[in-house]
This record gives sequence, C-alpha cells and structure tokens, in this order.
Amino acid sequence: MTINPAAPAICARAVRKSFGEHIVLDGVDLTVAEGTIFSLLGPNGAGKTTMVRILSTLIAADAGDIRVGGHDVAADPGAVRALIGVTGQFSAVDNLLTGEENLRLMADLHHLGREAGRRRIAELLERFDLTGAARKLLPAYSGGMRRRLDLAMTLVGNPAVIFLDEPTTGLDPRSRRTMWQIIRELASDGVTIFLTTQYLEEADELADRVAVLDHGRIVAEGTPAELKRRIPGGHIQLQFAEPDALQAAAGMIPNASPDDDQLVLQIPGDGSVASLRRVLDELDDAHIDVEHLSVHSPDLDDVFFAVTGHAATEATAPQEQEALQR
Amino acid sequence: MTSFAYTFADSATMLRRNIKHQLRYPSLTLMLAGLPIVFLLLFVYVFGGQLGTGLAGHGTGGRGAYLTYVVPGILIVTVASAALGTAISVASDMTGGIIDRFRTMAISRAAVLTGHVIGSLLQTLAVLVLVVGVSLAIGFRPDASALNWLAAVGVLALFAFALIWLSAALGLAAKSVETASNTPMFLTLLPFLSSGFVPTATMPAGLRQFAEYEPFTPVTQTLRGLLTGGSIGTHAIVAILWSVGIALASYLWAVRLYNRRRAASPN
Ligand SMILES: Nc1ncnc2c1ncn2[C@@H]1O[C@H](COP(=O)(O)OP(=O)(O)O)[C@@H](O)[C@H]1O
Ligand SMILES: [Mg+2]
Repeated sequence: MTINPAAPAICARAVRKSFGEHIVLDGVDLTVAEGTIFSLLGPNGAGKTTMVRILSTLIAADAGDIRVGGHDVAADPGAVRALIGVTGQFSAVDNLLTGEENLRLMADLHHLGREAGRRRIAELLERFDLTGAARKLLPAYSGGMRRRLDLAMTLVGNPAVIFLDEPTTGLDPRSRRTMWQIIRELASDGVTIFLTTQYLEEADELADRVAVLDHGRIVAEGTPAELKRRIPGGHIQLQFAEPDALQAAAGMIPNASPDDDQLVLQIPGDGSVASLRRVLDELDDAHIDVEHLSVHSPDLDDVFFAVTGHAATEATAPQEQEALQR
Repeated sequence: MTSFAYTFADSATMLRRNIKHQLRYPSLTLMLAGLPIVFLLLFVYVFGGQLGTGLAGHGTGGRGAYLTYVVPGILIVTVASAALGTAISVASDMTGGIIDRFRTMAISRAAVLTGHVIGSLLQTLAVLVLVVGVSLAIGFRPDASALNWLAAVGVLALFAFALIWLSAALGLAAKSVETASNTPMFLTLLPFLSSGFVPTATMPAGLRQFAEYEPFTPVTQTLRGLLTGGSIGTHAIVAILWSVGIALASYLWAVRLYNRRRAASPN
C-alpha cells in the first residue's frame, strides 16, 4: 500500500474528540505535506497525544474527516497502519525481551523474512548505537537507550509516515541532540514526520511547519520563523549602573522599554550575534557603559502569551485537576 | 501471502514471543506447577490414609487407593491453576506499552490473543507432564492403554483450552495485573466442589447437586474412566459440551473486550 501522490501525507478536518463531558479536541484542522516535519506544539494536557492516537488509528474521533496517505483512518485503518510507524509518549517495548529480540519481533511482524530481517536489525542497532546492548534485557537500558530502541522498532518496517509523541521529553540534553539528529536524517530520507512537543526550541530546530494547540483548537500555524515573528517574548536585557545611562540608551534604541527602578532596558529581538553586536556597538560609540547583558529566547510561555493572551501553565491547570480527580 | 497465511504467521510470531517469556522467566510456570503438586502430596500423605478407607469400590482401600482416586482430580486442578497464568500474562501485556504498538501495526487482530492462548496451552501441557511424573513417582499406577492415554490428553487439552480462553477474557476485563491474578482464583476452587477429591455421593444435598452439575465433575469422571477404569457413560459427551461451550463463550467475550479496550485506555 502506498501514499497517493496527489494527497498530502496527513490531512485532518474538523476533528472532535471528548472524553465524557471533557472536550479535548474541538475542531482541529491539520495538513502535513509529504516528506516534511510537522510539529504539534502544546503544553501538557493540550490534547497532543489524543491527536496522535486518532491519526494513528488507536482511537476513533467523534467527528471529522481524517486521512493519512490518502486513506481514511476510520474506513480503512488497515491501509493506514501499513504506512505508518508510531513511537508513543510512553515506552512501547517488550520489557521481557532483549533489544535485539524486540527488533526481531518487529521484523517478523513485518514479514521481512530471515535474511532481510537480520540485515535490517543489524543496520538499526548500528545506526542507533545499540549494538553493544543488543543482547541485554530491557531493564538494563537507560532512558535514552530505551527511546532509541523504541524509535528503531518503529523504523523496522520502513514507514512512510512517522508519529513521534514527545520524543525527547525526559531526555538529557545530549540524548536530545542525538534524537534530533536521527529525526533530521529520517526527514532527509523523505519520511513524513508528525512530531509533538512541549518545547518551542525543539519545534524550531526540527519542524518545517508548527501548529500550536490550545484548549482543543489550533491557535496558530506556520513556519517556525513566522511563528517567532509573532512572539514579542524574545529580547535582550541590558543592565545599567546609572539612571542617566539607561535614559541615554533608551533614547537611542527604537522599541526599547526601560525599567527605571531596576535600571534595566529590554530590547525586542531574537538574540542573534549580529543584533547583539549592533546594539553594543551603538552604545559603545555613544560611550554608554553597560554593566551586564542577558539574552532571553522565547519559550512556550511566550508563544502562548502571544497567540492566546494567557500563559501555557494556566491553560492546563483546570484540565490537569480534572485528570487528577478521575 | 494470503490474509490467512498472514494471520497464521503473526500468531506464530506472537506464540514465539510468549514462549520466550515463559522460558526466560520460568518462575511463573514453576509456581503454576507447585500448587497441584502440593495438593497431591497433601491429599495423599496427610488425608489419603483416612480418605482411602472411606472409598467404596476402589481397590483395597487405604492410601494407595486414594492416590488412584485423586490423580484425575489433581490433573484438573493443574489445568485450572495453569489457566491462572493466562490471565496474568494477558493483563500484564494489556497494561504495558507494547500493545499500543501492535495496534498501530498492520497485523492480524487475533494474533496477540492467539499467541497467549496457544502459549498457555503448551505451558499447561508441560505442567501436566510434570504433575503426572510426580504422581507416577509416588506410586500412581494407571491401567490405561496408549489409546486411553491419548484420549485423556485430548480431554485435558480441550478443557484447558476452554479455561485458558476464560482466563484470557478475565485478564482482559481486569483493570490491573493484581486483579487479573485474583479473579480466576475461583477456578482452582471448583475442582474441590466436584468429584475430584471425594465422591459426590458423600456430600450433603445441595452441594451434591452443584457438584454433579458443574463442569469439573464430568471431566474428572471421564479422566478417571480412561486412566484407572470405571464407567464413563455420558460424562465424556457432557465434558466435551462444557469445554466447547466455555471455550466459545469465552472466546467471543475476550475478542469483544480486546476490541473495545482500544477506546478506553488513557494516554
Ligand atoms: N482516555 C481518556 N479518558 C479521559 N480523559 C482523557 C483520556 N485521554 C486523555 N484524556 C484527557 O484529555 C486531555 C488531553 O490529554 P492528552 O491528549 O494526553 O494531552 P497531551 O498529550 O497534550 O499532554 C487531558 O486533560 C487528559 O486528561
Ligand atoms: Mg501527551
């Protein structure tokens, strides 16, 4: 079964899903072009996992038209399953087997055959740096190794569309970098990737397009650059020793907002070296001394504030409480 | 490959997975074998002398006669006890993460359950061999022909198949592995309320009717007839009907639970 070349890899229209009274997805529209990385960005409880579960045929939507590779997930889940690979938010490995046996299980279920299966397993173990741990049982694996095995298992069948639900949550910075590298390589092989994340930085690093999910709706969509342009959260912060210096600097730099009590000047910007240099050069030419400089890069909170007018953490609070009460 | 060939191949893959689990963690299998063996030794050596004397028409009485009488009962305890393992392994699979992976793959829906059920059936047969071995070692002397043995294995396997599907359904219905290991416990109790350990005629009215009509009695009586002589009469056909009925009802229930579970699980 193949992707219909005319159709986008993923196309979802007016997707709704509630659990009892609780509306989790309230009319979500998404389109993901073939061979691109799409990131669904949202805080905990926004409905990201629910969306992934619907797209990957695990649960049914209450309403909506959902196609993956041109196939309707409700009418023809088998055709969708033949195309996709899913690495869920929570580890989906067999804990009673070794890493190699887990991959073997996937190879058998994809009917790869003995020889082709063996080659594919060896190749994936090598690529995910798991060759040394191949014969070890899963309890001996670290969090990062487990995540890599999880993804390797997803790749055994060479899926055309991959769902990754928070692939780096809980990983240390080094494992996160490794995971990013792997995801980029997959995309360059032409695989379509649907990725969820709570980190703006991650979406920015990886995604061709980003959609922000809040209260069951997409509140913003675009390329990472488009999205960041809408966020005023990124700024440079300059600390001065004298009120005079602060006033002088504030007068020179457009859009700067001074805080007279703290003797701090905030300058909107992305924190790039070029913009920093420009600001510092200007101040230097005017003989204005800066005590201290810091760069604030926009994060999920800034995105949320910019597109919804409320903070990400506030958005989840009532939902989280409901989740706890159940 | 045809879709039937895929179903077969996927079920075989799942079966290999379950057998690997059993071999790697043999403690569950040993635990399942332990219960009937403890009952065998307890009933033969502690109660057997007294109970054997009370048996009418079973040889010369005493411990030896009771051993001959009780082995079929112990064999169905074995089957019931081994079925507990199915509920535990099914429930731990369903509460683990890998089941969601299976559900997003283009594999036969039935394969996961089939793998568990066939795996448990093989495990049960292995445990039965162990229990029969211990019985022979302590002096059990059946006078069965090879054909009788074959028939006895058939009856036991069919009954085991039924209880395993029932236990698989109970494992699917359970919210946790804990519950799954408790709910099928009643299965290990039913052999005691049958002709497995004492003749039903010695029981008070009410209990006697229950014992005569519950499925474990015809299975025990059929085994007894096949292994150590005695009339089988209608017991064989009743045993087979019970087995087929339980297997069919439990299978339908299990498949329904398996398909419905996908809507309910959070995350
Ligand atoms: N099976 C379920 N039953 C009831 N509520 C659920 C279920 N699955 C998810 N939810 C609720 O839906 C909301 C969104 O959950 P989820 O999709 O997991 O969010 P995210 O992945 O963005 O953190 C949460 O409030 C969660 O409690
Ligand atoms: Mg989630």
